[in-house]
Amino acid sequence: MLKINNLHATVADKPILKGLTLTLNPGEIHAVMGPNGAGKSTLSYVLGGRPGYEVTDGTATLDGQDLLALAPHERAALGLFLGFQYPVEIPGVSNVQFLREALNAQRKARGEAALSAGDFLRVARTQAGAMGVDMDMLKRPVNVGFSGGEKKRNEMVQMGIIDPKLAILDETDSGLDIDALRVVGDGINRIMRKPDKAVLLITHYQRLLDYVKPDFVHVLADGRIVRSGGAELALELEREGYGALAA
Amino acid sequence: MATRNQEALAAAEKASTYEWGFTSDVEQDFAPKGLSEDTVRYISAKKNEPEWMLDWRLKAFRHWLTLERPDWAKLNIPPIDYQDAYYYAEPKVKPTIGSLDEVDPEILKVYEKLGIPIAEQKVLAGVEGAPKVAVDAVFDSVSVATTFRKELEAAGVIFRSISEAIREFPDLVRPWLGKVVPMRDNYFATLNCAVFSDGTFVYVPKGVRCPMELSTYFRINAENTGQFERTLIIADDGAYVSYLEGCTAPMRDENQLHAAVVELVALDDAEIKYSTVQNWYPGDAEGKGGIYNFVTKRALCQGRNSKVSWTQVETGSAVTWKYPSCVLAGDNSVGEFYSVAVTNNYQQADTGTKMIHLGKNSRSTIVSKGISAGKSNNTYRGLVRVGPTAENVRNFTQCDSLLLSSDCGAHTVPYIEVKNPSAQIEHEATTSKISDDQMFYAMQRGLDSEQAVALIVNGFAKDVLQQLPMEFAVEAQKLLGVSLEGSVG
Repeated sequence: MLKINNLHATVADKPILKGLTLTLNPGEIHAVMGPNGAGKSTLSYVLGGRPGYEVTDGTATLDGQDLLALAPHERAALGLFLGFQYPVEIPGVSNVQFLREALNAQRKARGEAALSAGDFLRVARTQAGAMGVDMDMLKRPVNVGFSGGEKKRNEMVQMGIIDPKLAILDETDSGLDIDALRVVGDGINRIMRKPDKAVLLITHYQRLLDYVKPDFVHVLADGRIVRSGGAELALELEREGYGALAA
Repeated sequence: MATRNQEALAAAEKASTYEWGFTSDVEQDFAPKGLSEDTVRYISAKKNEPEWMLDWRLKAFRHWLTLERPDWAKLNIPPIDYQDAYYYAEPKVKPTIGSLDEVDPEILKVYEKLGIPIAEQKVLAGVEGAPKVAVDAVFDSVSVATTFRKELEAAGVIFRSISEAIREFPDLVRPWLGKVVPMRDNYFATLNCAVFSDGTFVYVPKGVRCPMELSTYFRINAENTGQFERTLIIADDGAYVSYLEGCTAPMRDENQLHAAVVELVALDDAEIKYSTVQNWYPGDAEGKGGIYNFVTKRALCQGRNSKVSWTQVETGSAVTWKYPSCVLAGDNSVGEFYSVAVTNNYQQADTGTKMIHLGKNSRSTIVSKGISAGKSNNTYRGLVRVGPTAENVRNFTQCDSLLLSSDCGAHTVPYIEVKNPSAQIEHEATTSKISDDQMFYAMQRGLDSEQAVALIVNGFAKDVLQQLPMEFAVEAQKLLGVSLEGSVG
């Protein structure tokens, strides 16, 4: 589904990704772990198409389509969803309005009919309910005045409504208490644990992986995948630390 | 000169036989090009005005000749050749309309481009059975479709073109005309007094809540025809009226001068809500063409507990010079000003309000949202003045600017003059740019860059947009997006 080959990227002329290669097949959940500054967030931004993150070499395709040639909204319409580490506030724009416009823009790009206001609200209500989020929060401006935990839940509600093919979740577990962690973990499983979908979980810690069991775990260090393994690798990292990898 | 006058009078006579007119491709009756006493007399004659009105116009014209154009605004305006314009144009053909099929397709094309819904087009074109928004359409200079007059009259509301009102209700018009905005108020207001072509008159009698929203659409269609609208709205004791004014103009290459005057009077316990969506042609991306929009709008809250609320969405015009104001003379009177001003490319806007507090316990609220893009300049200029005898005045001002490019300007010029120590004045101001974070977040969710900008800008302007009547708010939201097309790359 997602094929990344020898990806090099710079931020402000500074090389961050230095030949990253990774393949996600349908139905798989991959975790990417690694120390601060290894390039984890850069990986998510490069795949999302954020301006300022320049690809200098390598390729990335989603279902055979060249991701790197597309604008961010075109990647979204292909089915790529980015869960933000720091979800952004948009004052004066309600979640409902934001998501309906975004979803219908994606549908239009794919040649699908727009969802009516009623149909959209039904979907939104279901997804919000599943995340324990009440509709009042969906009517509030996007992320404005939300606590860290609320923002992360809101990302999951958005993911549920948009129903992407591929989710790249950047430290979705950060800032969550233990109950919220369970809710978010359940959300990821419910929405994305399907044979035709894939997830790239970017995280520092093993704890989210207690709830979302990865099929593969990769260690990212200095812009490259330095080690790959099964779920047990995450436990080993938790025990030994990233320092042991340098050896 | 005498011959010219005779010609004018003859033309006026001929014109008065035309009942209704509504097309953009029709012949026009023009006043002679240029500005002179003859022009003033021609217009007055066309309107069959009483002697006192002509005298008033001439007095204004003579005074105008002694004035110079003010230059205190942050606007860069080339000299205007007042002799190179027509001051009066009247459409000729006036069909009777049963359905939209009978409306000139040229007009329908214009409506479509502006995204005016079919239902509204019907109202606009005066089709029978259209929904209940009373429209007094000013097509060029003459009011050509006045609807729902009967229902309004049953309620005692007078909703007329100002020309008709001057002829039919001189006792109502005369005491108030020029009372709120005096003839000598300023250069452009004085010019308007001399040559105003048409406009709207509304009178809502004591205790009457106007049964519908009143709406006027202004459009400029004749090349080189200055537009000088004049509006007077009087809400008598305990009356309420909501008035909508929308302006759109088709593309024109020549600069067009527009100098309107709006006067509002609210007596005891009366309330007037005045909403504007202004979308005159802004000029092209290189700053060529576009409307020069010099507007004097002022409300007199004369009565106790009276209230006037101005809401404006300003997206058009090459130059906007406009300060809808409230003179809060009555005790406990309330003035509000909600504004969104968008400038793109080479547009210039210098707009804001004046809240003049004279009455005790008078209150005012100012919410201004300026959005600048391209190489445009957008200035908020506002005055809050508290007179020495105005006890316990309160004002709150919120003034936000949003920048979309690095070549545009946003300026805030607040004037605060307080002569009574019991006043509480608050002023808050912010300036921000649309952040890269917001853009990427919105685009990652599926919006293209223009949709993302429109969404973020509408959120920024929400406090103002939500003051608009529902049907207007939707149109205004669309307009903000359209006005900023091409402003991000």
